[in-house]
Amino acid sequence: MENLFKDTGSNSFRNGPDDKGRFGDYGGRFVSETLMPLIIELEKSYQELKKDDGFWKEYEDLLNNYVGRPSPMYFAERLTSYLNGPKIYFKRDELNHTGAHKINNVIGQILLAKRMGKKRIIAETGAGQHGVATATVCARFGLECIIFMGQTDVKRQAPNVFRMKLLGAKVRSVTSGRGTLKDAMNEALRDWVSNVDNTFYCIGTVAGPHPYPKMVRDFQSIIGREARLQLEKLEGRKPDTIVACIGGGSNAIGLFHEFLDDEDIDIVGVEAGGEGIDSRMRHAASLTGGSPGVLHGNKTYLLQDSEGQIIEGHSISAGLDYPGIGPEHAWLNDLGRVKYVSVTDSEALDAFKLCCELEGIIPALEPSHALAHVVKIAPRLPKDKLILLNMCGRGDKDIFTVAERLDVSLVS
Amino acid sequence: MSRLNKKFHQLTAEDKKAFIPFIMAGFPNIKYSSNLLHKLPGLGADIIEIGMPFTDPMADGKIIQDAGHEALEAGFKMENLYQMIESFRKIDQDTPIILMGYYNPIHKFGSEIFVKKVKSLGVDGLIIVDLPPEEDSELCIFCLNHKLHFIRLLTPTSDNQRLPTLLDNSSGFLYYVSVAGVTGSKVPVKQVVADEISRIKKYTDLPICVGFGIKSPEDAKSISLSADGVVVGSAIIETVQKGASEREVSDFISSLSKSVHSN
Repeated sequence: MENLFKDTGSNSFRNGPDDKGRFGDYGGRFVSETLMPLIIELEKSYQELKKDDGFWKEYEDLLNNYVGRPSPMYFAERLTSYLNGPKIYFKRDELNHTGAHKINNVIGQILLAKRMGKKRIIAETGAGQHGVATATVCARFGLECIIFMGQTDVKRQAPNVFRMKLLGAKVRSVTSGRGTLKDAMNEALRDWVSNVDNTFYCIGTVAGPHPYPKMVRDFQSIIGREARLQLEKLEGRKPDTIVACIGGGSNAIGLFHEFLDDEDIDIVGVEAGGEGIDSRMRHAASLTGGSPGVLHGNKTYLLQDSEGQIIEGHSISAGLDYPGIGPEHAWLNDLGRVKYVSVTDSEALDAFKLCCELEGIIPALEPSHALAHVVKIAPRLPKDKLILLNMCGRGDKDIFTVAERLDVSLVS
Repeated sequence: MSRLNKKFHQLTAEDKKAFIPFIMAGFPNIKYSSNLLHKLPGLGADIIEIGMPFTDPMADGKIIQDAGHEALEAGFKMENLYQMIESFRKIDQDTPIILMGYYNPIHKFGSEIFVKKVKSLGVDGLIIVDLPPEEDSELCIFCLNHKLHFIRLLTPTSDNQRLPTLLDNSSGFLYYVSVAGVTGSKVPVKQVVADEISRIKKYTDLPICVGFGIKSPEDAKSISLSADGVVVGSAIIETVQKGASEREVSDFISSLSKSVHSN
């Protein structure tokens, strides 16, 4: 862990945020006054925790023996030969317990909640992966768990709703707005403000008020640290291009953060282009199709109209269907250190099918976006290069959405 | 002396508490809210709070959320609010107007441009829910420069250690959020509120007005025994949502002001 908190010098991309929680102009603490003392306390507790060896020992032990880390580094041989370009590797975070990268962060936050004496855990969820991870770890530690989920997502992610209930969580269906992740987050914040004494808000992505973007990044950055060591062992070298999908951006920053100062590595974040980036705003690409603003406690790029009202995004993937993005990504975008692109629903779906057929891996629709970008760029790149993709979630939860898109009835 | 300070001086001289109704701009439509605004001083409003609709009002309960969404669906634009205030100020130059809302629409407009704009229209102060003192450089600083009151929210979680930070750069009055929760939800316990006000008074001479969860003339009366003013929002909006006639809405507002002024 010592690597995680090392000061990497003033020219580093890895030292943010500052003590006000800013990455450049992004981030900050835009919350109601009721919550300010709580997030200040959280920041203090997290600072203390970082110095606590016992905590990191417990965190690593749970990651190794409960989550199943390190996640494998897999050479996607048939995909590589199909695309006839560089070697493609998958970082297999979809093999984690609960099926996605989300649990890396949840383990860290729940251990923190326990140390802070908080007995009631709340979380928002979109695709349901963060909700399932939170419900799982709460069950493991005997904590009360309440998950806020938009009613649209409750419908399109029914299997995950049932999983959360099996794990003993209460799932609150949120009817305000269009009933997606944004509305779930509003409702979780309203709950937190109403239950300030006993509640810990376990945010699932690298967004929200400081210290969440930093804390969630720290807990997810294990992905990149493992990846560097694994590729060193397998290939004796670093990757040339690393690619990850971005909704809020936690799996992406988890992979990217380790490599931000390796200037010879191309880093690409792939946003959800929905039905295409145009004036209809039927997409969820905050960086490629949005502008800076303030929502959910931080300043970042948002989908919004000329009056500063938030526009509901659209993506085939519930996990990417969010009108904002983590502030660190907004900063890396403006600096040009990370290149952000988008792919459409259809491109993601094609990549989803390709991965099933060529690799025997059913990916979640979220990393299918990253894969779609790899499919686009790989044929043009030299064969001696190395591409690393974060396979951050498995697709079991998405088979209903995919069947519907493909006009397949699952009920005979 | 600012219009707001003058108002509190006048109320103190008359030994009266401030009645502060909250209405949502553009709810249920622009014409209705504009008419209601014009009527408020006649119904006993000492200061008027106007809500600026936002898609994601994270500190508001269902009533005010719905009102804001309805306004936006009915086509509300900030320009409509500016026109409302402009026409109100042609008739009334004495009743202070406070705008309440969230930061993003202001950020999009441009913080300093917004401050200048609303100041020139005759707005007296801003209450921006998601701008704690830690983010004063975003907007508060421009309010100070252009002599617009930046009114802070104090809450049950604002302990003595936190108070000096909150009182710094505060002016006009302090808005005490009577419950840890969203607007229009929990009911404040009047003794707790009274104790909190006397605690805060040890740190400041600014008037303290209380809002969140005050639903009836009885609540308003009991809270105004200890506070310098009372804000009522959700309860007024709810009467409109439940289909009360304009007359009934006026009567309700009038009953609230009478109960505050009877103390």
